Order: sequence, then C-alpha cells, then structure tokens
Amino acid sequence: MIQLSSPFTETKIRLLNVGEEVLITGVVFTGRDAVHKYLHEGGRLPEEVRLRDGILYHCGPVVLKDEHSNWKVTAAGPTTSIREEPYQGQIIREFGIRGVIGKGGMGDKTLAACREFGCVYLHAVGGAAQVLAECVKKVRNVYLLEKFGSPEAIWELDVENFPAVVTMDAHGHSLHKEVFAASQAELAKHL
Amino acid sequence: MNAIQDSLVELIRRTTAEIPDDVQKALVDSLEREKKGTIAESALKIIDRNIALARQKSQPICQDTGSILFYVDCPVRLDQIAFEDAACLAVKRATKLGYLRQNSVDSITGINDGTNVGLGSPILHFHQHRGEDIDVRLVLKGGGCENVGAQYSLPSEKLQANRDLEGCRKVILDAVLQAQGKGCGPGILGVCIGGDRATGYEFSKRQFLRVLGDRNPEPELDALEQDILKTANELGIGPMGFGGKTTLLGVKICAVNRLPASYFVSISYMCWAYRRLGVTLKADGQIEKWLY
Repeated sequence: MIQLSSPFTETKIRLLNVGEEVLITGVVFTGRDAVHKYLHEGGRLPEEVRLRDGILYHCGPVVLKDEHSNWKVTAAGPTTSIREEPYQGQIIREFGIRGVIGKGGMGDKTLAACREFGCVYLHAVGGAAQVLAECVKKVRNVYLLEKFGSPEAIWELDVENFPAVVTMDAHGHSLHKEVFAASQAELAKHL
Repeated sequence: MNAIQDSLVELIRRTTAEIPDDVQKALVDSLEREKKGTIAESALKIIDRNIALARQKSQPICQDTGSILFYVDCPVRLDQIAFEDAACLAVKRATKLGYLRQNSVDSITGINDGTNVGLGSPILHFHQHRGEDIDVRLVLKGGGCENVGAQYSLPSEKLQANRDLEGCRKVILDAVLQAQGKGCGPGILGVCIGGDRATGYEFSKRQFLRVLGDRNPEPELDALEQDILKTANELGIGPMGFGGKTTLLGVKICAVNRLPASYFVSISYMCWAYRRLGVTLKADGQIEKWLY
C-alpha cells in the first residue's frame, strides 16, 4: 500500500505503476458530467478551484447539512469515468491535473494525456459509498451548486487514506486494456 | 394512505442501506474464492466493509440511489392512483431525509429540482391478483450498471449468433465482455429472450426480483443460467474489472413470446450494490412482514 499525500507532484505521480494500491490524503475536487462539458466549452472556474497539481474525483456525493449548517458527506463513491473520455485529456493538460479518481477506467485519449503530462487514473471501488465517505474528513467548499445541482456541483473535500488502485499510469499502461484483451482471448476458447 | 406512505419511506430507507441476505452471502463466498493479496481481494474486502457500514449507519450503500422501481402486487380493490400519490410523497420525504440522493434531472432543461419526482420517476408496476395481500417490492438500480445493459437483435453476423439458445449464449457472454468492470462487478445479469424492445428490457429487469439461489423451472433456461455463470467467472474480469475469479454473482433468464420477425435478447446488468427489498402491507397500510 502506497501513501499518496499532497502535494501531488509530477515526480510522485510518475513513480506510480498499474496495479499498485494507494491511500490518498489531501484535497480533492469532485467534477462529473456537467463540469466536464462546461470546461470543455470554455466555462470559467471560480478562483478558489485550484486544480493545478490537484486531483479530480468523478463523484456525485450525497451531501446534507448537519444541525450546525455544516455540509456533511454521507455517501461518496465514484461514478463511471468513461463518459468524460471526450473531455478528460484536454482538461488534464489545460488545468494541470495529476490524478483522476473514478471507476471503470478511461480510453486512449486520457491514457495519452496521462503519459504526456504526468497524471494517473485512480480506480476507487464503485458502490463503496460509505467506506469512501468515511475518508472524507471535511467539506471545504462547494462551487457551481446552483448552476449544476448537488450531484454535479464541484465539492472541495479533505480526504484521508482514501483507497484506490492505479489502473492507468503515466507510463502508458492500462490495466483495463490488459484485462479486456485477456478476457476476450479467454472467451474465444469458450465459444 | 398516510400509513402506506410511512411504510414506503421505511421500505426505501432499508432498501438503500441494506443488501439482501442472498446477495451478501454470494459476496462473502466470492471473497473466500479470490486469491489472497490481490487487488480483487482488496476490492471485495472494501465492498464487505461498505455493506456493514451502510447497514450500521443506515445510510446509502451507494451514492447513486438509482432508478426507483416499485413492483406492486395488489388486490383488485386497491386504489392505484392514491397508491401512486403516496409513493411519490414517500420518495420526496426519503429524498429530504437523505435516504435517496437528489437523483432525477429534467432531460430538456438539465434542472434537478431535488425531489426525485417527475415524469418517469418513480416507476410503478402494478399487478392485480384475487388475493388480499399488497406486496410491494422495490429495486433501486444505479446508472453505472444501467449504462452497460445491452440489447441484441438476432441473428448477429458479427458474433455468429443465430436464433437459438446457442446464439443467446454468445450475445450474453459478449455483453459480459463489453461490460468488464464498468457496471460495478461482480454483477448479476437479468436477461429476457424475446419480447419487443421495451418489454424485453422490462422483463429482464423483473428477473432481479428473483433470489440468487433459486433455480429456473425451465430446464433449458436453467442450464443456460448455470453455463453463463460458470463461463463468465472463467474470463478473469473480476471484481471492478481488476482481474480475478468473480465476474458475476448470478444469472437469471426468462423467455417471452416474440414476433416472427424479431428475436431480441435484452440484458440488464445489476451491480454488486444490488438493492432489492420488499414488504407485505396490512389492509391498514402498515408493514406486516418483510420479503427477502
């Protein structure tokens, strides 16, 4: 198990390899379908959303206000990442993102951007909303809430020991491609 | 209808937070089968911990609390309009309470009004019977697994699948291959052979009301279910597509009549976070017993 703590520098990221398990500690920003489309179309981010050398989390959390009016994340697993494939490579380059957390993996454009820029894809366990919500220690802020609604807003979260697996690294390797090829070959034997 | 509304809120609360026993058992069995020290094992351990935590905290197993699908078996006397109104109010309340995420978006404007109630949400399927019981089953099906569902029209030249059970086998296994881990595996397949495009998917989803350990009364379909399960688990896709021994936890297949011109095989994929519970309601709307 590798501790991956902020600052998320290019050096740290380039040392990671496919198949390694990491525990992430630091700030992550959520962003999913609406945010990706918005950024792709030239939408502006509030200044406080500092994505450079940051981690973007494909997640639409359940967030409630507690009795003191503080936001509290009650469920926060990853959403399917492949929907962001048309936009992700460009966003990694333009905003300087070092890590993308999601589920299901991404395609060749993102893999190329990871290699070129120094970024990794970190696969969290889909559906594990409670284990992952426990890793969210604080909601630091929320942006574009009115515009996009709660699941699609940008939530700035402090996470601690958030578990994920490197499934696409900065060396051009993708566990998803490997497993697909191996399972396809295996299936051919059963037909 | 107030008592019915209360009962439905409770049904929603437990369905979002508690995995049915048959599914949990299948997950525990698969954890024992996976090779120690692999990322497949790690993923299943996290899943196992997540199930316990959700139940203990009474919070959603998965943040995507899914499409809300009610299946209601009811006596002729039940006022279905009033029942639907009660169900909509129960959904609104459950959303306010955080049992359900604000999960329903206007497809034209993109606006999420935060209630989970609108055209197409929730969905209620009524089925009348001559008895007195009101059985309400609820399935919450997340979008990640819904997106990997597939419908094939046979024959398929590409997959060399003809209009027979062997052809069905080929396309079902192709759906497993294409899904990989994207639908949050290990998954469960609900399959319908036949029907039209709409009813095919509808019947495929209805298969999720079956418990994992049951056997198909139709011998040919039973054999196909067992075969697909065994073969899929030899493909090495594994939990979350990380590689490993458990790709599917179950396969449920039904067949319905079709037109001579059509031969659809409709495949719905359910994630491991398989949320399905049910209740029998008393005449006054209170919960009499839990199903599953």
